[in-house]
Amino acid sequence: MSEVKYSKEHEWIKLDGDVATIGITKHATEMLGDIVFAELPEKGSSVEKDGTAGVVESTKAASDVYTPVSGEVVDTNQAIVDDPSKINQDPEDSAWFFKLKIKDPSEMDTLMNKDDYDKFAKEISA
Amino acid sequence: METKKTSLYQLHQDCNAKFVEFAGYQMPIQYSEGIVEEHKFTRNHSGIFDVSHMGQLFIYGGEDLIKDLEKIFPLDLKNLKLNHSKYSFLMDKDAGIHDDLIITKTKEGFLIILNAACKDNDFKILKEFLEDKYKMVLDQNRSLIAIQGPKSSEILNDVINGVKDLNFMSGNWFTFENQKVYITRSGYTGEDGFEISIVNDFVDQLTRELINKGSKLIGLGARDTLRLEAGLCLYGHDLDKDKTPVEANLKWAISKERISKGDFIGSDIIIKQLNDGVSKIRVGIKPEGRIIAREKTKIFNQSDVHIGEITSGTFGPSVNGPVAMGYVENEFSKKNTKVFLEVRGKKHPASICSLPFYKKSYVKEVN
Repeated sequence: MSEVKYSKEHEWIKLDGDVATIGITKHATEMLGDIVFAELPEKGSSVEKDGTAGVVESTKAASDVYTPVSGEVVDTNQAIVDDPSKINQDPEDSAWFFKLKIKDPSEMDTLMNKDDYDKFAKEISA
Repeated sequence: METKKTSLYQLHQDCNAKFVEFAGYQMPIQYSEGIVEEHKFTRNHSGIFDVSHMGQLFIYGGEDLIKDLEKIFPLDLKNLKLNHSKYSFLMDKDAGIHDDLIITKTKEGFLIILNAACKDNDFKILKEFLEDKYKMVLDQNRSLIAIQGPKSSEILNDVINGVKDLNFMSGNWFTFENQKVYITRSGYTGEDGFEISIVNDFVDQLTRELINKGSKLIGLGARDTLRLEAGLCLYGHDLDKDKTPVEANLKWAISKERISKGDFIGSDIIIKQLNDGVSKIRVGIKPEGRIIAREKTKIFNQSDVHIGEITSGTFGPSVNGPVAMGYVENEFSKKNTKVFLEVRGKKHPASICSLPFYKKSYVKEVN
């Protein structure tokens, strides 16, 4: 399994063979506050890199969730739809959003590693 | 214009508040525990809200003042008992709402609590109407805090003895550290609670004592979810100059006595609407499922005709689901009417429901 990569839109992505698991970062959940609603892409649908692939809402506002790479949605995490507070509790593991069969592995190269993302997140919240 | 800070700013910082600008003030939107926990803590225990940005208008006068204020507000102020409060509105001649407010009869005259964003304009309107006949003070030297929730009476009474004997929507002067504080049993959460007017220099000490007794500071975020579950209106969203109290379904707040005579600002329209009905009216709206329909969401009927708009919508932590209110054409305002809400381009089913979403727990009669 490859290392976890991160996008500027605060998604994380973990590649296992040609299937990527995608969720939102802990930093994102801290900015959003209590998440009370999640909407995921449909299984079987295709999503394009940097396109919208879901929505999360806090008590305050709605935010789009983007996909950091292109591919076909092969699985979604119904558990976070049923209980969105799981996203605040464990954003970078059990509260993943969707899995993609990726189209172009080279898209992974455009993303940040953990150190770069942490630095990026710190800069924008400063 | 520089944003103002309330006298509790330091305490908010000490409690790790996240701030937002609201009506020209730096106000806490939430603290470290977050909106959902703060909301639940208020419902189950006791929460303190800094509402010092709101206007505290003292108007001094006697019989003449009562007569003059009755020309403005649709209230029977003559028969209002000393230290009793009423919810009311400042309207224009077309009964459009400039502001909603709480007015309390005091020994010296009246105390009116005004919304932060409206207070300066309200002051101008009232001063002009009252033609400078009375001393009017929009008091900058006093802070206002609310303590809300089932444990609040016990906690506040421990610090300021006697408050537990106040009835709902009534108040009195008490003392704290030799300072005169005016306390009413009222609030904006649907819970039992109090609002406390105290000089700026002592509000920090009082609030810290209440926190030591087990209450917690609660931000504007939870204040909004609490009031919406309680079915209470927020000015600038559910109420504004394009809506009348009858359309806002607040006719209970208009004195029947005064309607028969009809000599207050906006009375022509109010009487006409009470007799003929209104074309749009405020209702509660319960979305099916978990979808949240926020302010400005369009409402459609079952034939896909646009019939209204959401004015407030969020997730209600105590209801554990989405809650909303808005205005619909009168013929679609009946309870259980099926409607559709357009969120992100898709229509989602919802139904018209009665308010509140969460049962109010006001303490009606203590003595």
